[in-house]
Amino acid sequence: MRHIISILMENEPGALSRVVGLFSQRNFNIETLNVAPTEDATLSRLTVTTVGEDRVIEQITKHLNKLVDVVKLVDLTEGSHIERELMLVKVKALGAQRDEIKRTADIFRAQIVDITPSLYTIQITGDGGKLDAFLAAMQPVGVLEVARTGVSGIARGEKVLSL
Amino acid sequence: MELLSGADMIARALHDEGVEYIYGYPGGAALHIYDALFRQDKVQHILVRHEQAATHAADGYARASGKPGVVLVTSGPGATNAVTGIATAYMDSIPMVVLCGQVASHLIGEDAFQETDIVGVTRPIVKHSFSIKHPSEIPEVIKKAFYLASSGRPGPVVIDIPKDMTAPTERYEYSYPKKVRMRSYSPVTRGHSGQIKKAVELMLKARRPLFFTGGGVVSGRASEALTDLVRRLNFPITTSLMGIGAYPQGDRQCLGWPGMHGSYESNNAMHHTDLIICIGARFDDRVTNNTSKFCPTAKIIHVDIDPSSVSKTVRADVPIVGPADAVINEMISLVQGRELANPDALEAWWSQIDGWRAEREGKLYEPSAPGEPLKPQQVVEAVHRATRGEAFVATDVGQHQMFAAQYYKFQRPNRWITSGGLGTMGFGFPAAMGIKMSYPEDDVVLFTGEGSFQMMMQEFSTCKQYGIGVKIINLNNQSLGMVRQWQDLNYKSRHSHSYMESLPDFVQLAGAYGFRAIKVHTVEELEPALEEAFRNKDELVFLDIYVDPREHVYPMQVPLGSMRDMLLTKTERT
Ligand SMILES: Cc1ncc(C[n+]2csc(CCOP(=O)(O)OP(=O)(O)O)c2C)c(N)n1
Ligand SMILES: [Mg+2]
Repeated sequence: MRHIISILMENEPGALSRVVGLFSQRNFNIETLNVAPTEDATLSRLTVTTVGEDRVIEQITKHLNKLVDVVKLVDLTEGSHIERELMLVKVKALGAQRDEIKRTADIFRAQIVDITPSLYTIQITGDGGKLDAFLAAMQPVGVLEVARTGVSGIARGEKVLSL
Repeated sequence: MELLSGADMIARALHDEGVEYIYGYPGGAALHIYDALFRQDKVQHILVRHEQAATHAADGYARASGKPGVVLVTSGPGATNAVTGIATAYMDSIPMVVLCGQVASHLIGEDAFQETDIVGVTRPIVKHSFSIKHPSEIPEVIKKAFYLASSGRPGPVVIDIPKDMTAPTERYEYSYPKKVRMRSYSPVTRGHSGQIKKAVELMLKARRPLFFTGGGVVSGRASEALTDLVRRLNFPITTSLMGIGAYPQGDRQCLGWPGMHGSYESNNAMHHTDLIICIGARFDDRVTNNTSKFCPTAKIIHVDIDPSSVSKTVRADVPIVGPADAVINEMISLVQGRELANPDALEAWWSQIDGWRAEREGKLYEPSAPGEPLKPQQVVEAVHRATRGEAFVATDVGQHQMFAAQYYKFQRPNRWITSGGLGTMGFGFPAAMGIKMSYPEDDVVLFTGEGSFQMMMQEFSTCKQYGIGVKIINLNNQSLGMVRQWQDLNYKSRHSHSYMESLPDFVQLAGAYGFRAIKVHTVEELEPALEEAFRNKDELVFLDIYVDPREHVYPMQVPLGSMRDMLLTKTERT
């Protein structure tokens, strides 16, 4: 099963490499990874999506918790949560296709954020499935470049991941 | 407050931390630190002859004394030479602090002379690591390093120290923190009481219970409590290779150790038990054999201070995260005044175990007849007698290690010192040095093989410099015996590169350093040689004992089988 693990870790050099290294060292899989500072300058938030049996996920969270740089951790998929990913995609946009692409983008609530005579750059947010669906819809016109942030997430309701 | 340079802070902090010995080797990036060591006399530096030896010596010291071992090396090759020793300590959860010189901060990343990203290189084999960013951080980082290395599940910690951080010209206020707190690190201090209750109820109801304990009981100083609990319940116990000595071997309730070369009774008891009470052991693959056939009828209580050890390779029914001593003591208070639900079943279990014991009694190996080459097992037994079973015993890795574990019977913890997790040839000699330095009044025996010994034999020179009187028992089978055994069993005796064709004359070699050395070929020569070797506890003596190169270590579990599937001799199997 797919899990989204969100981590608060010390904003220290080397912390990220310890987390990433752990995954390769123990043969755990990483599907997406996303890191950025938080409102507290001493902490970064790292979100990783991974796929594995419960036994493996249990080991992943235990080993992550063991890292001295990891302050707190939550498996968002254990409760209801919001998950988002942002994607920037460049597609070929010529002649009649320009309108067609615009319509499709609207359906997905995506925005065209840059244009040239021959291509569109489109921004879209959503969960991974929505982004995949949009890419599939764009496949016939020609996808030239994709930049995805990887999943970021947060629990629904009153639950807060903080110190 | 005093103003000190970074280098002086290091020397002072080590003293304030209570460090007696640092094992190390100098070089450019560490020279400010070496100068600071020269100008003080509180902490003694031991100059080894290879940085790997520094780590193993510190490791041996730590295993024997329970205190963290300390290493100091220079950048680049000094630090990379230490890697094997750091990995060895990591695998066996040994507390160690490794100070590495580094090129000056402004050179980092430029492939400067003797620059290695040692924090990166050691990342998967340390508990944690630090890079010093400002000299004023040094006291706190050192305090944290010792705290991390020795608390919770112990392990090695690396501190990377760029040369400019130790410059004599820059001085800062020094005070050594009494305590440190880290918001992201707080090892558990006791187990969950509800879980412990549940465990005790299972224990009282069990019909065929078995304690299985490991290195965590040794490092957690829980050996006395364990012995108390095991005796109260009258349950059998098997200790992992790392846990040997935590419960007295040779005691009626002790079945030896389980696993690949474990005792017949241990492996059978493990297979048939209905309740494993595992404390401070981690069910590694050399113990469990095939996990899918492991202990088919057993429920498992697993006590460990490291949550990630629990349910890692085999699923625990009652997981308990906590330190061994606290959990065991809580168990003791809960069993007090309680009766076993099935005392008759326990009695039947004991007679089954005694049956297994009887089956192998006197059949473990065949002592050599006069004129035949010595058997390694009988040498270990003779050394056990010569030292009354009270020596500290370090080993290298191979057949000799297994024979030492099987035939030397330990009465106390911290006396059996072996590289269990990484299986590092070369570990033994420097480890024995580290032990002898902290226990000069005791006999320290090294069981080694001619293969392993040659990996660290430069340390003769260190022993000469500091007068380290270890007793070296070289079980010389003129081959990489353990490799040869596998080739006999799995490769139709094609001895690919397992034969040492050009062995040195070890007696002359030891003699070159001025040490007493004796060659032993026969049973008649053995006892007098041992007598001579152990006459003076301060003297290094090297016994080059020729043993039968055809001997195999048995029992040996059959690969992919269950615990009880074993080869018992070259011709018998279960
Ligand atoms: C550093 C290292 N390299 C290789 C091995 C693989 N290995 C395990 S036992 C062994 C043979 C050891 O020979 P020796 O020290 O003579 O001991 P014996 O088995 O003959 O008693 C080897 C090569 C190892 N454990 N460690
Ligand atoms: Mg050998």
